[in-house]
Amino acid sequence: MVAVAFFAGAIGAVAGAIGVIALRNPFYSVLALVVHLVALAGLFLLLYAQFVAAAQVVVYAGAVMVLYVFVAAYVGAVEEPIWEPIPGQRFLAPLLAVALFVELSIAILGTALSSIDTEGPTVPAGFGSPEAIGNLLLERFLIVFEAASMLLLVAAVGAIVLAGRPSPGGSSASRPGTAGEEGS
Amino acid sequence: MDISWYLVLSALLFAIGAGGVLIRRSPLVILLCLELMLNAGNLALVAFARQHGDQDGQVFALIVMVVAACEVVVGLGLIVAMFRRRLPLNVDEMRDLRG
Repeated sequence: MVAVAFFAGAIGAVAGAIGVIALRNPFYSVLALVVHLVALAGLFLLLYAQFVAAAQVVVYAGAVMVLYVFVAAYVGAVEEPIWEPIPGQRFLAPLLAVALFVELSIAILGTALSSIDTEGPTVPAGFGSPEAIGNLLLERFLIVFEAASMLLLVAAVGAIVLAGRPSPGGSSASRPGTAGEEGS
Repeated sequence: MDISWYLVLSALLFAIGAGGVLIRRSPLVILLCLELMLNAGNLALVAFARQHGDQDGQVFALIVMVVAACEVVVGLGLIVAMFRRRLPLNVDEMRDLRG
């Protein structure tokens, strides 16, 4: 039963990932990523990470993907040129990805960690529940939690500065300080 | 299921994401492929948390999600700024620092 659920989730995740890189239209790529994220949330549930799975669906597949869909619709379909600036890139890049996978697999399967060939220890009830994660975040990892909130604030301010409407005066730099320097 | 299955799956997803970053030209799709790689890392973190019977790895995965959200916000802001200035949405043509 667990094996069936794992392979269903794994096939969904891999199919979504291949869809992201193979589909031409960025809009469909975003939708494929939603499939990937939901399948991954199922795998998290199999690993007793309930809160991470819920956050994955709500935050990632919900909020972040809405942002992506909005930008994909705003920018529109971008056509990728067939012209290749680096000769052989389309041949070398998949080769490098396969080499990376083989190398990582050798590292994982050849490791001396014997416990990765088990299902892991039996965990107490409530492992990975919102209560347990919340206790950890607010007690042991309080500084990390506060740093994450600060990082989110900085990112929000940065996005506003980056994507803010440029002033009607200049076409290039939008802020008054840089505009004055350019004029001199 | 053994933990090693999850780790191999995570390696496969990471390799797919890395290949996507190398192949695709559109910055939007490159951001999506970065998401794939970050999520592969998350899967490995949660699998190791299960292996140790310890929840610290899950907290680590949550923080990685926060960092990924920040990266998305800044990256999409850059794409919108590029689009507004009529710059080509192609990373090969955007290799100069001065636009």
